[in-house]
Amino acid sequence: MDLSAGLIRSSLARKYWMALTGLFLCSFLVVHLLGNLPLLTGNKEMFNSYAHFMTTFPLIKMVSYLLYGSIVLHSIDGLLLARSNKAARETRYVKYNGKANASWSSRNMAILGTLTLVFLIIHMKSFWYEMHFGNIPTYLTNDGAELKDLYSITVAAFQQPWYAVFYVISMMGLGFHLWHGFSSSFQTLGINHPKYTPIIEIIGKSFSVIISLAFASIPIYLLLSSINSID
Amino acid sequence: MNFTINVWRQNGPKERGGIATYKVSNISDDMSFLEMIDVLNEQLIIQDIEPVVFDHDCREGICGMCSMFINGEAHGPGRGVTTCQLHMREFKDGDTITIEPFRAKAFPIIKDLMVDRGSFDRIIQAGGYVSVNTSGNLPDANATPIEKQDADAAFDAATCIGCGACVATCKNASAMLFTSAKVSQLSLLPQGKIEASERVMNMVKQMDLEGFGNCTNTGACEVECPKGISIENIARMNREYLSASITSK
Repeated sequence: MDLSAGLIRSSLARKYWMALTGLFLCSFLVVHLLGNLPLLTGNKEMFNSYAHFMTTFPLIKMVSYLLYGSIVLHSIDGLLLARSNKAARETRYVKYNGKANASWSSRNMAILGTLTLVFLIIHMKSFWYEMHFGNIPTYLTNDGAELKDLYSITVAAFQQPWYAVFYVISMMGLGFHLWHGFSSSFQTLGINHPKYTPIIEIIGKSFSVIISLAFASIPIYLLLSSINSID
Repeated sequence: MNFTINVWRQNGPKERGGIATYKVSNISDDMSFLEMIDVLNEQLIIQDIEPVVFDHDCREGICGMCSMFINGEAHGPGRGVTTCQLHMREFKDGDTITIEPFRAKAFPIIKDLMVDRGSFDRIIQAGGYVSVNTSGNLPDANATPIEKQDADAAFDAATCIGCGACVATCKNASAMLFTSAKVSQLSLLPQGKIEASERVMNMVKQMDLEGFGNCTNTGACEVECPKGISIENIARMNREYLSASITSK
């Protein structure tokens, strides 16, 4: 039988890729969060050397291409799915009571995903692009190594209140996206079992709350500490 | 009881439709929703207005014909019921009730509330069967032992009446619950396992060809399903399709 139909072109295949890339992006969120924790402790040295490591270590570079690929695939696939979903109902209902039978986040995955993508583009322009192609001031560490001072750029960025607010709103959007997305990806991959599904759902919901709150705490903390230092 | 009925009127598949508003009075709270429509139609005939066309057959919840989208939900506000099992006592006296046909590209409107669900038949034709010779000496059905859990799960899946509420309620008009129930009722049993890979590939292919949407796993279908078909069946179909795609020759 045709392999491409089963793994690329069918509606189920599109969902498999959505689930696989989504789960991979979830694993990235964990790594990214851990790497950013030094921002909360004010450990400039640790943060900058982490950023240096992530942009130069060959294995990480290889994984990063997989990550960019996943983001692009997840977005394009999501767009195609949303388009065919829209086409599947040409005339809309006059009255549609969506909240009667499904959660808000599950009904708004495309909008939440788009919000997250817009955030991601702005976020990558601010830090990823600057780190790779911008002119970030460098300094010499005690060991004599030259490091880009991404830490100061980051701290300065979040001293702008509108920027911090945009981050917090975006993290709420991401949280709702994960609230449904995490456990949904298991269902898509065929993993539904009376013993394990309730556990997956608890993990998914905890994951979405912890990830979104933890990421949101960084701009909040940096903004508040900058206000305090002015006083 | 008295009601204001907002009902979708559409003369034919290609015609423009719209909401028409009628009043019905003297409705008993013991009447089923379809009986209320009957009363409405009697009244329209007297007023020389063409009666509202709607699908119905058994009126006991097993045929799956009564496809109505009532106040924004497939088969109305009740759970585990078809429209004929929905009673007027579920509504309050004086309510305005909006009735629409099941809407999906794959369910074209024939007239008013009647839609063509032939797409479901074509999905079944694509693989929803077991190829066995039914003439001559047949083995005793009980000669093949089947685990109780599998037999029960197959039976539960087989209670699907193909009414289309899952498609109607799904925000994407996806037919995943229907197709997965029809895949599961056969693939769980030894007789159905033989053609399982081919079946799931062909039925999904037909489902896509019919123009149904994709599954977002909102779970709305299992809530609105009059027979309580579980989305565990969708996971089973996802599983079977994935392994069939990879392993089939």
